[in-house]
Amino acid sequence: MQKKILILGSGALQIGQSGEFDYSGSQALKALREEGCHTILLNPNVATVQTSEGVADTTYFLPVTAEFARKIIDRERPDGILLTFGGQTALNCGVELYRSGVLAQYGVEVLGTPVEAVIQTEDRELFADMMHRIGVKTARSIAVTSPEEALDAARAIGYPVIVRAAYTLGGLGSGFCGNDEDLRRLAASAFDYSPQILVEESLKGWKEIEYEVVRDRYDNCITVCNMENFDPLGIHTGESIVVAPSQTLSDHEYHRLREIAIRIVRTVGIVGECNVQYALDPDSDDYRVIEVNARLSRSSALASKATGYPLAAVAAKLSLGYGLDEISNAVTRVTSACFEPALDYVVCKIPRWDLGKFEGVSKQLGSSMKSVGEVMAIGRSFEEAIQKGLRMVGQGMHGFVANSLTIPDLDQELEHPSDKRIHAIAAAFEKGYSVERIHRQTRIDKWFLYRLENIYRMEKQLAEAGRQAAAAGLSRDVLLRAKKLGFSDYQIGKIVLRDSPLAPHDKQMAIRRLRLSLGIRPVVKQIDTLAGEYPARTNYLYLTYNGDENDVAFEQDGRSVVVLGGGAYRIGSSVEFDWCSVAAVKKIQETGLRAVMINYNPETVSTDYDVCDRLFFDELSLERVLDIADMEQPRGVIVSTGGQIPNNLAPWLDRCGVHILGTSAASIDRAEDRQKFSQMCDRLGIDQPRWKELTREEDIFAFADEVGLPIMIRPSYVLSGAAMRVVSSRDELADALKKAAVVSREHPVVATEFLQKAKEVEIDAVAQDGEIRCYAISEHIEYAGVHSGDATVVFPAQKLYYETIRRIKRISRQIARELNISGPFNIQFLARDNQLRVIECNLRASRSFPFVSKITRLNFIALATEIMLGHKVETYGKNFADIDYVGVKCSQFSFARLLKADPVLGVDMASTGEAACLGDNYYEALLGAMLSVGHRIPSKEKGVLISSGPIWSKVDLLDACRLLYESGYKLYATGGTAQFLQEHGIATEVVHWPDSAKRPGVLDCLSGRKVDLVINIPKNNTPRELENGYKIRRMAVDHNIPLITNARLASAYIQAVCRIGADGLSIKSWNEYSI
Amino acid sequence: MEDGTILEGFSFGCDRSVSGELVFYTAMTGYPESLTDPSYEGQILVPTYPMIGNYGVPDECEDGGISRFFESPRIHCAGLVISDYSDHYSHWDSRRSLGTWLKEEGVPGLYGIDTRALTRKLREQGSMLGKIRFGEEDVPFYNPDDDNLVSRVSTAGVRVYGKGRYKVLLVDCGMKNNILRCLLRHDVTVKRVPWDYDFSREDYDGLFLSNGPGDPARCGVTIGHIRQALREDRPIMGICLGHQLLSLAAGAKTYKLKYGHRGHNQPVVIPGTHRCYITSQNHGFAVDEKTLPPDWEPMFTNINDGTNEGIRHRSKPFFSTQFHPEASGGPVDTENLFQKFVDNMAQRNR
Repeated sequence: MQKKILILGSGALQIGQSGEFDYSGSQALKALREEGCHTILLNPNVATVQTSEGVADTTYFLPVTAEFARKIIDRERPDGILLTFGGQTALNCGVELYRSGVLAQYGVEVLGTPVEAVIQTEDRELFADMMHRIGVKTARSIAVTSPEEALDAARAIGYPVIVRAAYTLGGLGSGFCGNDEDLRRLAASAFDYSPQILVEESLKGWKEIEYEVVRDRYDNCITVCNMENFDPLGIHTGESIVVAPSQTLSDHEYHRLREIAIRIVRTVGIVGECNVQYALDPDSDDYRVIEVNARLSRSSALASKATGYPLAAVAAKLSLGYGLDEISNAVTRVTSACFEPALDYVVCKIPRWDLGKFEGVSKQLGSSMKSVGEVMAIGRSFEEAIQKGLRMVGQGMHGFVANSLTIPDLDQELEHPSDKRIHAIAAAFEKGYSVERIHRQTRIDKWFLYRLENIYRMEKQLAEAGRQAAAAGLSRDVLLRAKKLGFSDYQIGKIVLRDSPLAPHDKQMAIRRLRLSLGIRPVVKQIDTLAGEYPARTNYLYLTYNGDENDVAFEQDGRSVVVLGGGAYRIGSSVEFDWCSVAAVKKIQETGLRAVMINYNPETVSTDYDVCDRLFFDELSLERVLDIADMEQPRGVIVSTGGQIPNNLAPWLDRCGVHILGTSAASIDRAEDRQKFSQMCDRLGIDQPRWKELTREEDIFAFADEVGLPIMIRPSYVLSGAAMRVVSSRDELADALKKAAVVSREHPVVATEFLQKAKEVEIDAVAQDGEIRCYAISEHIEYAGVHSGDATVVFPAQKLYYETIRRIKRISRQIARELNISGPFNIQFLARDNQLRVIECNLRASRSFPFVSKITRLNFIALATEIMLGHKVETYGKNFADIDYVGVKCSQFSFARLLKADPVLGVDMASTGEAACLGDNYYEALLGAMLSVGHRIPSKEKGVLISSGPIWSKVDLLDACRLLYESGYKLYATGGTAQFLQEHGIATEVVHWPDSAKRPGVLDCLSGRKVDLVINIPKNNTPRELENGYKIRRMAVDHNIPLITNARLASAYIQAVCRIGADGLSIKSWNEYSI
Repeated sequence: MEDGTILEGFSFGCDRSVSGELVFYTAMTGYPESLTDPSYEGQILVPTYPMIGNYGVPDECEDGGISRFFESPRIHCAGLVISDYSDHYSHWDSRRSLGTWLKEEGVPGLYGIDTRALTRKLREQGSMLGKIRFGEEDVPFYNPDDDNLVSRVSTAGVRVYGKGRYKVLLVDCGMKNNILRCLLRHDVTVKRVPWDYDFSREDYDGLFLSNGPGDPARCGVTIGHIRQALREDRPIMGICLGHQLLSLAAGAKTYKLKYGHRGHNQPVVIPGTHRCYITSQNHGFAVDEKTLPPDWEPMFTNINDGTNEGIRHRSKPFFSTQFHPEASGGPVDTENLFQKFVDNMAQRNR
């Protein structure tokens, strides 16, 4: 009989739990289906590949919580459940299902590692005891359940100590404490995340080493990969640069730690995959085991991409009872999965931070994770890999050297690293610091520093050559050595042609031409898991200058189509573009062509070895794409499915003669270039909010007078805080320009008229030769002013006038025709009283493509790809406005991890992920989606805190407050809100502002956990309001109390909570919503 | 190279022309161990891992008469060919760079070679002869299989280690020190004898046949001695070349593999079970399982290519492995085989 298996996904992407679980879940589902299992997936993350049609047999877009999982189990009656493929969220959910007896009650077997084993690894005390029994050293650690016990423990161990909360994602609530005071502060917040915390001996400065171990039911164990952190212990591994394999370990050390890892995995009783993390003393062979993750993790995704070993697929098969020797190595197809990959290259993982997007956030790196994504670079020298990686991160760096970056306090930065640490090392070399000194300050192993010094030295050599005779002074030997050290043409151009009047792009092209004329080209190497010992059947490739020969031959038959991927996940560009890229690849393959993928994000499905015909795990830079285009001679390149990175490359590629498929590069440029786009809109009679690009402060004030406040300003050079902001008074404007931005001829500021109380509406569409073939119109719950990536999106739009919809269609048609669009595009509108203004137009897939595709069950990207490949497609006849159900997409925020950041929403995006649910009506879908991004139905034992901001939002929230009151919730309110509600017959308990001495205070209410939901609407931008509001918002986040800062969303959510309630949500799979 | 290929690189070792058999190995760690492994005698080593020398080289020092860090007193391979060299090393235990050590030992090293391309060539065409040539100083090609390498690397005299209960007679055909270290963790006294030593009249509890270089067929003398031991019941264990010699003595045949097994990631399985081990290997010859006499059976099989990885006698306490249970370098998963050997001795003496 066919086995029915439920697999738990990880939900919305958040810091500490990102796209890696789309990779692991997708691989697991594929493996289970290969084995003939019937698969059921629970995951509300609508942007993932795993929730695509044909991946699982049944998909539920519902929250990954024990309650919903139980209801699904009740309906589906699965035989087995997989808990280890959806990160900590799935694991926690599974542990709860196990503890509450649900699994036993329904006879659901946990496949793979038993739950008891997981629980043992998650409880540090149990785990330490177990390690002690098998003679494995762990950091001295004492588990405590109160702050007082924590102090005693710390004194017993001796400071410095590290504090960790059990059962949390990526080290939430963890940190180093040097004294009692530090500890008190940290313990207080750690207890909010976990009833138990651990006080441990600090191993700051030790090397951090990880092993990925696989075990089958026959007790066979292999280690797939080991990894070494570039940054010493003290920086969370998710915040650290990581290399694989380890570089500074002797054979003795490598195999000693390997043996211990295997001993641990056997003792725990893993069946599947497990990650073991060590601290290794840099001055002896002493070690400690610091963490064991009995599940697929970010590290295992990295290990999988680093080695080519399909860890998740293998783990899934092992959980069905196979032995390692029975599974074949999918890369070679002649050897078995029972082996340990041998690498003949080095990979370098570098985190991507977006701390600049947040107001007030601490930029120091520590033991909890803040990065939002990562890149993996492959090379045959460390220098080559790290320089590639630093460019891939995509924050304007050209590699290790030749960046325009100043580090204000170098010693401080070296000793207390921030997200700029690696660049501080470059600055230190520049300042004449020795490797020895930098090592003392950073505790980074000297081997890495010597290698970085090689790069620095080469920069000096290039600069010297440039001083002598510009590019002509560059010998073949020096240029080749620079390329072997990972220098890009752009970087070399910037150094060598420093004094040339050429534009940076022209310098890059000059170096490229010189390089090609000297016959210096990169070679293509395969990642084959066995270092060349056996021939590989798949084409998992990278480019390197440390070699003479290509591993593969290129057909150059015009049947290759290159798809440019989305790069590192970041705020604003995430798993949704991976879904789009994969959808494009599938369609290309369906049409009988060869799909060639370029991407470098190890957390993606698009970089899985078996997704495309050839995978270049390499840079998405002009240089690299041209190199690949030279080799492939492709039919064309798709730039519209990978987000903004490929979109930005389009005009450059076009200029270099690479054929762009679909919408022309010239049209892309007309949409991207503000001036050109505005001129076009003016000519077509399409309204836009008025805007100007200004270079003098007085002109900005004049503009504000002309269009009226508030206005939105977007500086091109930001000193501190977020780049974009809305200012509502002249004082605020002056303040923003003074503190946050530079205004000059080189750094213009774009000022835009800001419409209040305007609805934001989006159209996602696909056109062919300028004619729209399909479209989806969705609306935001929030008024304009909340970034579209943070807004709550409803599809089909529920509350638009027919006239508005008609106008949207008309304008979209005009634009599609004018730009002769062939492919995906997205337009965002402001709508007020049937007046429509275009605020953005992207001639590429947008964030919401997977959302609308999944709700309509029409794959917009597949259709767009067909068009881009030149196939004629019919206009899709169905009107999606008529469908019988609703989809709502909510944003996931990660403020809890971003210490000190103000969790308020603004015009710059702050969310790290999204989830969507379907419902028979609007409120049902909204409730499901909100519960999927961390909200919980407030309990009636606790109350709701309301601080409702300006008068209009008080009015907006009135009905909702009444509903809460009538539903029996206790309401707490700050002064003005309490008074307003009182006047309208709603009784509340008044709580006083944080800066007031009166009691009860709002902060006591929060720290005493009297409320289960906080609604805090920012009133205005006066310092007092900001400070008070900030304290409330931050405290809510730090105490893990759900927070809503937008009146319209709060109002809609409260309606949903009171009208539907958790039990009112229908448990229906995706298939059951028929169009 | 034998096929006319010429590759150019940069020297980081001794500037001396040498020749030998080119072989690749896929281990990512363990160059001090590999370079001093006598089994590499006469071979030019090509590590597939590109960056070599990262953690330097420790100083020679002894512990109980055995080198602490090395597998023999000197570097045995003829030369080292790599992609990228770390002239700056970093490790608390190291005192010199790899280049310095190579120079001290008179062994050439080249970097800047596309070792992956070279590996693929050796994989496709098989191990071949090669030489490292400095300037005009040419040397003829040299095939180590033509020589009795074992006689070059075996110990000169007899030496006794340890003071344990069971007497192990260890035939040194080019032994790695870690075999000694592993044995001495048990209650044994080890008498180490040269490869051609006639041990038929010796008083011992167990016979140990070490690893070593080259074609096993060249060790006829040793094979003759082993054949006599097979008539008795005293336990025997062999590793690598020792495994091949035991097989030849038992009547099986050996053959040369196309490009051998050299690395730390070779999977083996116990035939008829799902029990697998990851092993360290370094061999160019293999035992032809089909030629095993009926009173012998395969003990381990290579999962990747199905070649023989170990044999055992069906009734007597004789076994041997093609892989290296002593590791160093490589995984230590099969070290318990030494325990098995000791148990065999204990059982017989009970």
